[in-house]
Amino acid sequence: MESNKVIENKKAKKKRNSQLSDTWLRLRKDKLALVGLTILVILIFVAIFADFIAPYKYDAQDLSNILQAPSSEHIFGTDEFGRDIFSRVVYGSRISLQVGFIAVSIAVIIGGFLGAVAGYYSGKIDNFIMRAMDILLSIPQILLAISIVAALGNGLTNLMIAVGISSIPQYARIVRAAVISIKNEEFVEAAKATGSGDLRIIFKHILPNCLAPIIVQATLGVALAILTAAGLSFIGLGIQPPTPEWGAMLSGGRGYIRDYSYMTLFPGLAIVITIFALNVLGDGLRDALDPKLKN
Amino acid sequence: MGDRLLEVRNLKKYFKTKEGMLHAVDDVSFNINKGETLGLVGESGCGKSTTGRAILRIHEPTDGEVIYNNENILKYDKNKKKKMLRKMQIVFQDPYSSLNPRLSVFDLIADPLYVNKIYKTKSELSDRVKEVMDLVGLEQRLINSYPHELDGGRRQRIGIARALALRPEFIVLDEPVSALDVCIQAQILNLMNKLQEQLGLTYLFISHDLSVVRHVSDVIAVMYLGKIIELSDYKSMFIDPKHPYTQALLSAIPVPKVGAKRERIILEGDVPSPVNPPPGCGFYGRCKYREDICKEKTPELLNIGEGRYVACHFVK
Repeated sequence: MESNKVIENKKAKKKRNSQLSDTWLRLRKDKLALVGLTILVILIFVAIFADFIAPYKYDAQDLSNILQAPSSEHIFGTDEFGRDIFSRVVYGSRISLQVGFIAVSIAVIIGGFLGAVAGYYSGKIDNFIMRAMDILLSIPQILLAISIVAALGNGLTNLMIAVGISSIPQYARIVRAAVISIKNEEFVEAAKATGSGDLRIIFKHILPNCLAPIIVQATLGVALAILTAAGLSFIGLGIQPPTPEWGAMLSGGRGYIRDYSYMTLFPGLAIVITIFALNVLGDGLRDALDPKLKN
Repeated sequence: MGDRLLEVRNLKKYFKTKEGMLHAVDDVSFNINKGETLGLVGESGCGKSTTGRAILRIHEPTDGEVIYNNENILKYDKNKKKKMLRKMQIVFQDPYSSLNPRLSVFDLIADPLYVNKIYKTKSELSDRVKEVMDLVGLEQRLINSYPHELDGGRRQRIGIARALALRPEFIVLDEPVSALDVCIQAQILNLMNKLQEQLGLTYLFISHDLSVVRHVSDVIAVMYLGKIIELSDYKSMFIDPKHPYTQALLSAIPVPKVGAKRERIILEGDVPSPVNPPPGCGFYGRCKYREDICKEKTPELLNIGEGRYVACHFVK
C-alpha cells in the first residue's frame, strides 16, 4: 500500500509539466499547425539569412534584362528595372514580417490591455476608454495610419507604430467583450475571495479564458497589417523604394499585371503563404492552449 | 455556548438597477459561535448568497457591520482585508463554473497559497497542496488533471480544498451540495462535518434545501425577501416553527414514509419584487394571518425567549 503510494507520487511528479510543455505536447498532435509552424520558421530563417540566400542584391539593376520571365538565372523573373524578383521577395520578408508582427503586437498589447481594463472595471472607466476607441474607429484605418505616419515622419518604425495604433480599437473591443463574458463566472469571485489582486485576476484567470477570439483576430491581423503597410508604401509613406517590401512590390507590379503577371504573383504568394501559415498555427495554438480540448 | 466568532449587524446590500434600488440584503443580523454552523435557508433570490458574499466583502456591503473576532472587518483597508481573507473563505455552489478551466488541480489549490505568499519554496507549496488533497479525499494521481476531466463530487472537493489551503477558521458554504446528486451530497456533507470536527471550523451554510440544512446546522436562520424572519436552534425550528412562512416552508419537506399524511400549507401568490420594497412585512401579500398593521409596519426580529427570534407582529 505504502509503496504503491510512493509510486503514484513519483508518477504524479514525472507527469507534472509546465503549462508551456503541456501546450507543446498538444500542439504536436496537430499536423496542420505543425505545417504552419514549419513554414513560419522557414520564413523567419529566410528573413534573417537573406544576405546568404538571395542570389542578387535587392537593388542591383540590370537594365539589359528587364521584365524577364522566370528562368534558371532569375527563378522568379525580373522587374521593370531588371532587379531579381526572388532576391527582392527574400529581402522583402524582413520588412513584411517585422511590420506584420510588431504592428500586431503593439495593437494586441495596448488594445488588449485597454479592453481588459474597460471590461473588468466597467462603469466610468469603461465608458471613457471605449468612447476613445470609438473616436479612433470612426476614422478609416488607412486614413488614421496615414495621419500618424505624416505626423511622425517616414520610416519603418513609424510605419509599424502607425499600423499598430490604427488597429488598437478592434482588439480593445474583442477583448472587452470576452472579458465581460468571463468576469462574472464564479471562479473569478473565488479568486477575489482568496485575496488575488485585480491584475492577477485579469491576467491569470480572465485573459487565458478569452484567448480564442484574440488569437484568431491577431493571426488575421498580421495579414491586414502587411497589407496596410503596403498601402502606405504605395502612396509614398512608410517604406521607401528601393527597399523591397511585399506589399509595395505588389502595388509596383500592378501596372504590368496583364503582360508580366509574375511580378505580382510571387510577392502575392509570399503574403498568402505567410498568412496561411499564421492562420493554421493560430488555430492550432488556440486549441492547444485549451486544456478542455486535450485528447 | 461557545465563544462568538462572527457577528453580523444590520448588514445591507443594495444594488442599483434601472427600476430603482434592489434590496438584496436588508438589515440582516446574526451571530455565529466558534465551531458551530449557522444554516441560512430561503428560496431563490431571497439574498442568501449575497449575504455570504457581503460578509467576505466579495460584494462590498452597502451598510452595516461584520464583526469578526471583535473587529469590524468592513473597516479594513486593502492589506488587512487580504489578511482577513486567509481566515475567512468560501465554497461555491456550482463546481463547474467555480473552477478556472485552464488550471490544473495543483494550480487551483495552490493559487490561494501563491497569492498570499504563504510558502517560500516550491516543495513546501506542493507538500501543502498534497496535504490538503488528502484532507478532502482527493487522490494524489489527480494532481495534474483539469477540472473538466473530473466528476462533480471531485470538483467540489477541489473547491473545498482551495478554501482550506489557507487554513481558515470560518467558511461560507454557498449551497455547496445543491449542484450534486444525492449520494454525492451525502459524501460532501459528511466530509464537511468531519472537517469541522477535525479543524474546528465555523460554517455559514447557505442552502435552499431544508433537509440538508437540518443535517448540518446548529442554528437555522430563515430568510425571506432580504430579511431574516426567523432564527432559532435547529431542533425547536423543526418542532415548532413560529413564522407563517417557516411553517409553510417546513410543511413542504417530503416525509420519507409510505402513507404518511401531513398538513401541507400551500402559499399563494409570488414573492414581491425586492426593488424599492414598500414598508410593511414582506410576507404580507401571502400571509393568511395578515392584518392592517402588517402593511404599515415592518416587523422586527424580536427575541421570544429560549434564544429564538421571530419577525412577526403576532408571535410574541
